[in-house]
Amino acid sequence: MTFLERTTDPRRLRHWEGTLEADYIYTSGLAGERFFTALRDDGRILASRCDACDLAYLPPRLFCERCFAELAAYDDVPATGRVEAVTVAHADRSGRPLPEPEAWALVSFRGIHGGLLHRLLVPAGKARAGLAVRPRIRPRAMRTGTIADIEGFEPA
Amino acid sequence: MTARIKRWPGVELGAADLYEGKVTQTRFRPDAKYAWSAGEAMSRFLEELQRGRFIARTCTGCDRILFPPRMFCEACFRPTDEWRYIQDTGTIETFSISYLDRDAKRITDPILVGVVSLDGASPKMGLMHYFAEMTKEEIRIGMRVKAVWRPPEERRGSVLDVRYFRPLREGEG
Amino acid sequence: MIGAGMTLFRRRLQETPPELCYEAARMALDSAGLELSDIGAVVSGSAPDAFDGVHMKGEYYLDGCGGVGRPYMRVFTGGGTGVFSTIAGWWHVASGLFDAVLVVNEEKMSCCQPHPQSVFANIWDPILDRPLQPNLVWIFAMEMNRYMTVHGIKKEDIALVAVKNKRNAVGHPCAQLADPNITVDDVMRSEVMAWPVQRLDISPPSDGASAIVLASEEFIRRRRIKDRAWVSGVGWCIDSTMWTDRDLVFPEYVARAAKMAYKMARIDRPRKQIDFAEPYDPFDYKELHHLEGLLLADRGEAPTLTREGVTARDGDLPTCPSGGLLGVGNPIAATMGQKIGELFWQLTGQAGTRQIPHEVRTGVAQAWGDLMQYGSVVVMRA
Repeated sequence: MTFLERTTDPRRLRHWEGTLEADYIYTSGLAGERFFTALRDDGRILASRCDACDLAYLPPRLFCERCFAELAAYDDVPATGRVEAVTVAHADRSGRPLPEPEAWALVSFRGIHGGLLHRLLVPAGKARAGLAVRPRIRPRAMRTGTIADIEGFEPA
Repeated sequence: MTARIKRWPGVELGAADLYEGKVTQTRFRPDAKYAWSAGEAMSRFLEELQRGRFIARTCTGCDRILFPPRMFCEACFRPTDEWRYIQDTGTIETFSISYLDRDAKRITDPILVGVVSLDGASPKMGLMHYFAEMTKEEIRIGMRVKAVWRPPEERRGSVLDVRYFRPLREGEG
Repeated sequence: MIGAGMTLFRRRLQETPPELCYEAARMALDSAGLELSDIGAVVSGSAPDAFDGVHMKGEYYLDGCGGVGRPYMRVFTGGGTGVFSTIAGWWHVASGLFDAVLVVNEEKMSCCQPHPQSVFANIWDPILDRPLQPNLVWIFAMEMNRYMTVHGIKKEDIALVAVKNKRNAVGHPCAQLADPNITVDDVMRSEVMAWPVQRLDISPPSDGASAIVLASEEFIRRRRIKDRAWVSGVGWCIDSTMWTDRDLVFPEYVARAAKMAYKMARIDRPRKQIDFAEPYDPFDYKELHHLEGLLLADRGEAPTLTREGVTARDGDLPTCPSGGLLGVGNPIAATMGQKIGELFWQLTGQAGTRQIPHEVRTGVAQAWGDLMQYGSVVVMRA
């Protein structure tokens, strides 16, 4: 049995406006702290390794997903990576048109599980999967210990 | 805890570690805006507030007069039946004397707030609101109170169309 | 239940939510002598996404729960989650679907700036309550006032609970707010936030995670597991969102959840048949309110039990021997560590300096959530 009364004129229905306000600070965590301090201080990209499963993870994890052991070994990823997939963005996250289309890529490294999502520093028309790329790291003075310390990936 | 467990995990951070950026971090502010539909019952409720009145809904299934009004009775689980105006006088069911404002900042002049059960609705049918024209020593559970409305031109269709509830005076209600 | 683990509870921890989950989950597995491969399904409990600041956080931290590639679900019943996720874990085993299940609860409240209060504020109805700019403490103050006034209870008697629990927490390795020297005077002189609530009546926001392992009888027999305690009864209930229409003096929904659990556990005289209790104590008066809701004290009588030492760790009905939320901390869902975890550790004789000095065989844990709406109850036996 449904409601006995129903308003059919939408102008008679009211709505109430409001916002959800909060600011967030996300710590990088224990594995993330290793990754981001190495990136900020030395311009290095690290992965963590599980010797028992012979698996390395990027971004590095505190624990192995497969055997659930705690991971303590961190190694640099190879100098060159590979573009697994690309997309080209024409609007920013608010939906406003970008002045120039931007290429984004998922970059993987040989022998390492996972990858990094970042800017692909090529003209949009040239963006394609399979490209060999290397990271372009920002100058030390501009690095603060976030993923933006990497400017993007450029053709190797 | 069991003597077997030697190491308890968890790396503690102090406020300075976080706020002064001693650990790497990312900051973000979501920008969520909402327009909640008031729906059938609340739209009428707000409309009546703008007219300076409280309105309720009746449920013949359980013989209750429900306030705030709702289009279904949550006990009988059937649609409610009719609109019914109720009074703007009532009784304090509970209250608090708050020295914190909404952002948890301290204030020296406390806010008196609580729940009023309204005359004309079923027992205990209440509304949260402010209390005033009484001191924090005078406020008590069981006190009889009356709504103080804003002037008609200031009302917008909001629970704030009532400024607060004040003690009922001799000869009122 | 064959294993349990928890992280330190602190105002701020560095670990990400998945890392917190991992630490607790690994500890629970190790305590049961199991590997992740022994686990058939994972259940997780966590309170609003808005604390950790990641939408769909159950899907975000599940890696740390051991959930990858497994049947997984996250449950959420506000503050009731601390006990409710154990109930959901129990369903998985009792149904016969799984032999061994990992339950992992997590909360990282420190991400939310300037204070988790900012998002708690969104629990209020946008039309009826929010325009009044309420502070969350108002809810508790109003419930506490009603309870105190109707039963004629003095603030001093309520403060005894904060003193008992913060002192009990001295024996808890993870405790955030243990204090061996706290007195009723300290509580009574602490800052009034929203009368009748004062600063030392309240538990703090915290970061933390806890985990337990549940297994079937057959699994326990096959693996010859020695340290175990049995879930004998579960119950849960919720009341209306129209909280202004209810008399807050008694938590009816807790009583209904308790009756459901007691019936399953064949308990008809709870005060006699239950040896110790871990009711939810985010505020000191809540321990009393919930003892009555759990039918372990007559209405209005819980303060007397406290005053007479009945609820002390060496009393006739030890209550919150863990130190509770008041003493150990309140990372909402992760309080499973002090509620369910404590039942396990007490019943298997592993509670260390917190061990109740006489034999206990039956315990009850309870959690409470939402806008004074949710009760979840678990009864466990040795």
